[in-house]
Amino acid sequence: MYIDPHVHMVSRNTDDYVRMARAGCVAITEPSFWAGYDRSSPQGFFDYFRQLTEFEPRRAAQYGIRHHAWLCINPKEAEDPVFAREVIGLIPGFLEKQNVLGIGEIGLNKNSRNELEILEAHLQLASDHGLLVLVHTPHLEDKLKGTRLILDAIKRFPKLDAGRVLIDHVEEHTAKLVLDRGFWCGMTLYPDTKCTPQRAVDIIECYGSERIWMNSAGDWGHSDPIAVPKAQMEMRRRGHLESLVRKVTFENPERFLSQSGRFSAAPLRPTAPDITR
Amino acid sequence: MSDAPTNAACPMNRTQVVDAYFMEHRARILDLAAFLDRVDRAGPGADDFRMQAFRAAVAILGDGRTERARRVLELLSDPSTEPIAKAGMKGATGAHDPKAGKA
Repeated sequence: MYIDPHVHMVSRNTDDYVRMARAGCVAITEPSFWAGYDRSSPQGFFDYFRQLTEFEPRRAAQYGIRHHAWLCINPKEAEDPVFAREVIGLIPGFLEKQNVLGIGEIGLNKNSRNELEILEAHLQLASDHGLLVLVHTPHLEDKLKGTRLILDAIKRFPKLDAGRVLIDHVEEHTAKLVLDRGFWCGMTLYPDTKCTPQRAVDIIECYGSERIWMNSAGDWGHSDPIAVPKAQMEMRRRGHLESLVRKVTFENPERFLSQSGRFSAAPLRPTAPDITR
Repeated sequence: MSDAPTNAACPMNRTQVVDAYFMEHRARILDLAAFLDRVDRAGPGADDFRMQAFRAAVAILGDGRTERARRVLELLSDPSTEPIAKAGMKGATGAHDPKAGKA
């Protein structure tokens, strides 16, 4: 049994849901993401937020998987601050949706001034509404600098408790930085560009199992929606206790996400397709 | 609360680690070697910033010191500290280009 706390299911097909359910996935959380192209209007985000909060939970339920969502404009579309602020203005209207856990995945992509401005606008929204925060850290050569800028930006919002903020996509050079400041951290299991299951287990062995989780971040690119059970297999291969496997792939995400008051990983009987829609 | 250990040191001893992973990483080091050969075969020319960083990273693997993964990642990272003026692209190249993204 496991939770995948970061996966972009709107980009995946029903075969992926089947494989995830068979591998033991009982709950997922889906952060707002870049579509692979810039949306042409804020209305495009309104429709996307409806997909995340209305349609995708029903689709996941057909496979016995509980679906939850995070809302934001992703940092990859934050270079136009006027546009981004219009999208942020839509978010309060969706906060009452029962599967919304908080704001995410916000953060930085290329570490630009405009991205930083929009990150701070999201942090203000989370601070004002007392929401959980899920943070994307930049890719590859931009990650270390971006992680430092992000941690400094969060510090400027004293109402945001570090225990309610998760910094995602950490690797060997950023995990300790994040954990030492009291935040939660997520390791993303990607075939090429982030952590492999082996390196993720190495990081747990080096930095411990507190305030840490693993996710697939499966999306429309080269990614693997059943990467978390592969990491479970890697832990078992090394002889780690089953209690540790369960802790980092189920109990830790459940503990962090339950702070929202809306997260559930309780067994869900697969629902029938809604043929009226 | 979980009864799982907080400290999660690898339960395998050195021999078990080598037994489990040697063949897989033998294949990977051959991939590295073949990649460098392929670059050479592709013809003359200077290394760009990515290949300069790659060769420096390979040197870290053999320096006999610990925390190689962290140090390789740091070597490939942008060392600057200030936000850049504007994002010129959405993607990343995998190594820091000293000529790009001046603040």
